[in-house]
Amino acid sequence: MFDLDKWQEIWHTITRNKTRSFFTAFGVFWGILMLTLLLGTGNGLENGMKEEIKGFATNSCFFFTDRTSLPYKGFRKGRNWNMRNADMVSIKANVSSLKYLSPMLFGGSSDNNTVRGDKAGTFRVRGCYPNYAGIEEQNVIYGRYINEVDIQSVRKVCFIGKNVYEKLFNPGEDPIGKTIRSNGIYYTVIGVGSGLSNVQIGGRSDDMVVLPFTTMQRAYNQGDIVHFLAATAKDGYEVGLMEEEIKTIIKSQNSIAPEDDRALGSFDISEQFKMFNYLFLGIKILIWIVGTGTLFAGAIGVSNIMLVSVRERTKEIGIRRALGARPSNIITQILNESLVLTAIAGFVGLSLGVGILSLFDNIINNLPPGNDIFLRNIIIRFDVALAASFILVAMGMLAGLLPAWRAMQIKPIEALSEE
Amino acid sequence: MIHFENIHKTYPGAQPLHVLKGLDLHIEQGDYVSIMGASGSGKSTMLNILGILDDYDTGTYHLDGKLIKDLSETRSAQLRNELVGFVFQSFNLINFKNALENVALPLYYKGVSRKKRHAMALEYLDRMGLKDWWHHYPNELSGGQKQRIAIARALIAQPKIILADEPTGALDSITTEEVMQVLSDVNKEGITMVIVTHEASVAEKTKRIIHLKDGIIESDLFNIPFNLQTSAHHEVSRV
Repeated sequence: MFDLDKWQEIWHTITRNKTRSFFTAFGVFWGILMLTLLLGTGNGLENGMKEEIKGFATNSCFFFTDRTSLPYKGFRKGRNWNMRNADMVSIKANVSSLKYLSPMLFGGSSDNNTVRGDKAGTFRVRGCYPNYAGIEEQNVIYGRYINEVDIQSVRKVCFIGKNVYEKLFNPGEDPIGKTIRSNGIYYTVIGVGSGLSNVQIGGRSDDMVVLPFTTMQRAYNQGDIVHFLAATAKDGYEVGLMEEEIKTIIKSQNSIAPEDDRALGSFDISEQFKMFNYLFLGIKILIWIVGTGTLFAGAIGVSNIMLVSVRERTKEIGIRRALGARPSNIITQILNESLVLTAIAGFVGLSLGVGILSLFDNIINNLPPGNDIFLRNIIIRFDVALAASFILVAMGMLAGLLPAWRAMQIKPIEALSEE
Repeated sequence: MIHFENIHKTYPGAQPLHVLKGLDLHIEQGDYVSIMGASGSGKSTMLNILGILDDYDTGTYHLDGKLIKDLSETRSAQLRNELVGFVFQSFNLINFKNALENVALPLYYKGVSRKKRHAMALEYLDRMGLKDWWHHYPNELSGGQKQRIAIARALIAQPKIILADEPTGALDSITTEEVMQVLSDVNKEGITMVIVTHEASVAEKTKRIIHLKDGIIESDLFNIPFNLQTSAHHEVSRV
């Protein structure tokens, strides 16, 4: 199969007709360059998005109360009510698909409510369970997050966000064991952290003073009230179903009409992420359609120019035929010329595309953090590049087919009599 | 070597053109034949059939003992490559190949290795006195040089016959002289030579002159300067 002589002959024909070869190859070069850049940017966009939501349990749902909108069991409508600790116990006991359940309390944030010595800042206060860190992952910088013992012993401790630390402490100062005052009550700092994700519930974790849930219930005189409830489903379970299960339990325990949709609000964050996934799937499909379309247009261009060149070369082909070239010689010659041209143009385009992408990737990676660029890791995967190369070779063959067939139809006498 | 028996050829069309009307022709190995005739007499058609570039309708054509009829494109290409060398009026060299590569081309289709065919091409160029010009492209050469390169190309596959279609048609009288000398020399090596020409001075240099008229042979005579006796089968056609 591999015949060095044949390839030399083909290479010779291509290089001796530089202008023609260049213009033939340009369409494919451009096509694959565009495809590469599009794919890379698409990947970058998706990676950027994933970076945003990284560290957030996407299979979560959230619950919050509102006034009832229907009368039920002797209660009038418009009643104010709250979720209670007892609801948490029932949910944990009855919902099998539950992975994490984290009731929350929110405290106020009056001006300069958080103080340490002569330093003060305005920050929100939140009461959490340890497993909240399983829903919104924390990057712990100092110490540790709230743990089960803090909850049980109702310890007066707090886990503070990165920005809180920066406001209240000197740079590099060890905050562990130090005391801060928040909304008039003193807490010992047990840890500093920052939320890994940019998805946020009730404010950024970085600007938050987190207390053990039980401590907060007691300190803020909330009895057994729960303001907000976050729940995460086990892997492989439908969040929507779990959401309904939990709502049914809470409603029945608090005498809320089952059909009252206003009283217990909830949202399923997995729905949002599903939408994102579809969005990216859509973008990907679009990119492939546009990219292969461009590539296809390039291949059509190759085919067209090859057709013209076959016409131009009628005489040459006639001479070759007269000298003993078989039809199969002519077909393979034209097909291989097309193949070699598309392959070279394609690989040059691919390499240039990858080069440009990595250049931009480098620039983006070296930008200072906190910028608004929504792109991360704009590269194309090796298998994608491989697939593109395969498409390329197939298109090269396809592009050469019609011209090769035309060339085969050329009768030597007609070609030779053409001046 | 070449045996035409009652060859008929009609070009189809709205008005079918009956070009060859029962042509009988026998050319033996080593013959040096010129074919003359007015345009439309069928000489080009005859040459195309001779060179297995075109097919005929009825009759038989044997070349080197092989019946040439209804061959596949592949088989006829192979026979052309083995048996026939072509020399054309307009040289028909490939412009983007240099002299050496042009001469070597028939060997490429014969499957000879690049090294060997380049060595052979150089040898044939040397015979044509063009060894020093091997790297020149056709547009850098004179008409006479181009035709000698074409002859070298026709010879390189060591064919049994050389078919030359107006080989001197594009040359001046001095180069015509040169080229005819080369063709005579080739013939002296025993290669059958068939030249189509309308120049009497060219035909004069061959051993046998055949006149075609309206698709049949009008006259077929041995050339006096070459053959001291008169033609053995001097025929005048009955129209």
